[in-house]
Amino acid sequence: MAASVPFTPAVAAADDVAPSRNTVWRRFRRHKPALVGGIIIVLMGLVAITANLITPADPNFIDQVNWQGYPLAPGVAGHLLGTDENGRDLLARLMFGARISLTVALFAVIMEISIGTFLGAISGYYGGWIDFVIMRTTDVVLSIPLLPLLLVITAIVAGTSNKASLNFGVIVLIIGGLSWPAVARLVRASFLSLREREFAEAAKALGNRDGRIIFRHLLPNAMAPIIVQATLEVANVIILESTLSFLGFGIQPPTASWGNMLANAQSNITVAPWAAIFPGLCILITVLAINYLGDGLRDALDPNT
Amino acid sequence: MLTYLTRRAFGALWALIGVTSVVFIILHLTGDPTSVMMPPEATQAEMDAFRHEQGFDRPLIVQFATFALAAAHGDLGLSLRHQEPAMGLALERLPATALLGGSAFLIVLLVGVPAGILSALRPRTWIDYAARVVALIGQSAPTYWIGLMLILLFAVRLGWAPASGIGGWRNLVLPAATLGFFSTAKLMRLTRASMLEILGADYMRTARAKGLTAVRVALGHGLRNAWLPIVTQLGVELGGLLSGAIITETVFAWPGVGRLAVQAVFERDFPVVESVVLIAATLFVLLNLAVDLLYAVIDPRIRYA
Repeated sequence: MAASVPFTPAVAAADDVAPSRNTVWRRFRRHKPALVGGIIIVLMGLVAITANLITPADPNFIDQVNWQGYPLAPGVAGHLLGTDENGRDLLARLMFGARISLTVALFAVIMEISIGTFLGAISGYYGGWIDFVIMRTTDVVLSIPLLPLLLVITAIVAGTSNKASLNFGVIVLIIGGLSWPAVARLVRASFLSLREREFAEAAKALGNRDGRIIFRHLLPNAMAPIIVQATLEVANVIILESTLSFLGFGIQPPTASWGNMLANAQSNITVAPWAAIFPGLCILITVLAINYLGDGLRDALDPNT
Repeated sequence: MLTYLTRRAFGALWALIGVTSVVFIILHLTGDPTSVMMPPEATQAEMDAFRHEQGFDRPLIVQFATFALAAAHGDLGLSLRHQEPAMGLALERLPATALLGGSAFLIVLLVGVPAGILSALRPRTWIDYAARVVALIGQSAPTYWIGLMLILLFAVRLGWAPASGIGGWRNLVLPAATLGFFSTAKLMRLTRASMLEILGADYMRTARAKGLTAVRVALGHGLRNAWLPIVTQLGVELGGLLSGAIITETVFAWPGVGRLAVQAVFERDFPVVESVVLIAATLFVLLNLAVDLLYAVIDPRIRYA
């Protein structure tokens, strides 16, 4: 083991310190499904970022020339994947939907990880009553079935305004604000053992402030599980947001999201099955890719688990 | 054991009080529902009368005290929409949800666990690969999309089962399969992993060497030791079915608690929303408690201090 780790000044004892970047990349490359998953995610991300450049049509443009009140089938009148029930190009809406779905997921997970890491870190580092308060709060939040609560909150809060940007922000805040407990527990567990280690003691003996010990000395050593969890959470949030939007409580039309595209697809499923199939496939492929990516990262960052 | 039970019961009570308070505060903090509940042509005087009649004009703290006192007696007020006791309205729908959830759980138990065992006993065969592909899709696709695809295939294309409503067992098949899909997938993977771990143990070789039949070795010695994580997960999934029921009931127009919740949130029918959340949280907390206690039965090595 020690021989395979390239020497870097930071590596003291190879078996209990985070592996170097080279090692991680080498292990990750061996995990082929994860590599493919990563490539798919990068491609999806590129589509989302460049949606306005590569889109075949305006996602809200109604093709009044060809649309006769029925959804157009894939391939008809230059619509590669057909149109929805309102005569809007499905491929264009999928591309802009990717932008919305991925952005919501990204921001919500950043928020979730930040809150969870911060609370978990101070909980594990300080212990005592701080730990008690944070962990009991965690228990309560975890004991609430998430979806009903999300429904109630998004409906009430987002219902007070129809502005698209506000609606977007509210969904990010609510998902991010309610899903941090799992991360907090994870980070707390790492910190409970990390704070007892010699390098933590050494940092303390040198007179470092608590904040510096927590974030500069301990946190870098707890990053591996956080990164894996963050990856998998992106997949969870994509599904959560799409579910909210499907039920009519998430991203509001006419803004396209993968979830709300499926909301109307159900009533037209006999005449336009493609409108129900493609948005779901986008979600399925993205989530699958992320799950594989997460598996690969876990193996690469920490092969012992 | 008794102290543990008492502590857990108190914890459960706290969680319930927390959930109810949070829901109440969120619902009322963002304005009263008068404007949504009254027809648009209502005069200001009519609005004021309604507001007064419902008590929405009183201070929030007074509203909460009244609410909490009544809630302790299981009385959450009249439904604003239907003018019937809200709790009764929600409880009325419980049997339909229990039927759906129970059937889904049966699918999880009778498909997920056996498929996982088979998959572990016959690794790298077509059974194993098929089970793993199904499990992967089940875990990565949103529940409502699985529902849509099942409707598309079995209701629209093949005409084997109706797409919505409640009635005979034929109405139950698609919603139950939809609701159970995610958990079945999860259990399949978990059972497979759990069994694979046990299969390599020395006592398994001993059991085989004694000349026991393959079935007795797999179930009596293998499953009995792989059981604990599976039961834990079954409990978690049972709680997850509650959230899943909201989605599934909406997709299949199933007249259960979940559909009632979605309608009530749309109509801002506070008392009904509160009743549903309270029922869901109670079930959720009780399930978790039951699972914890079940551990001791399954694995006598676990003792509660």
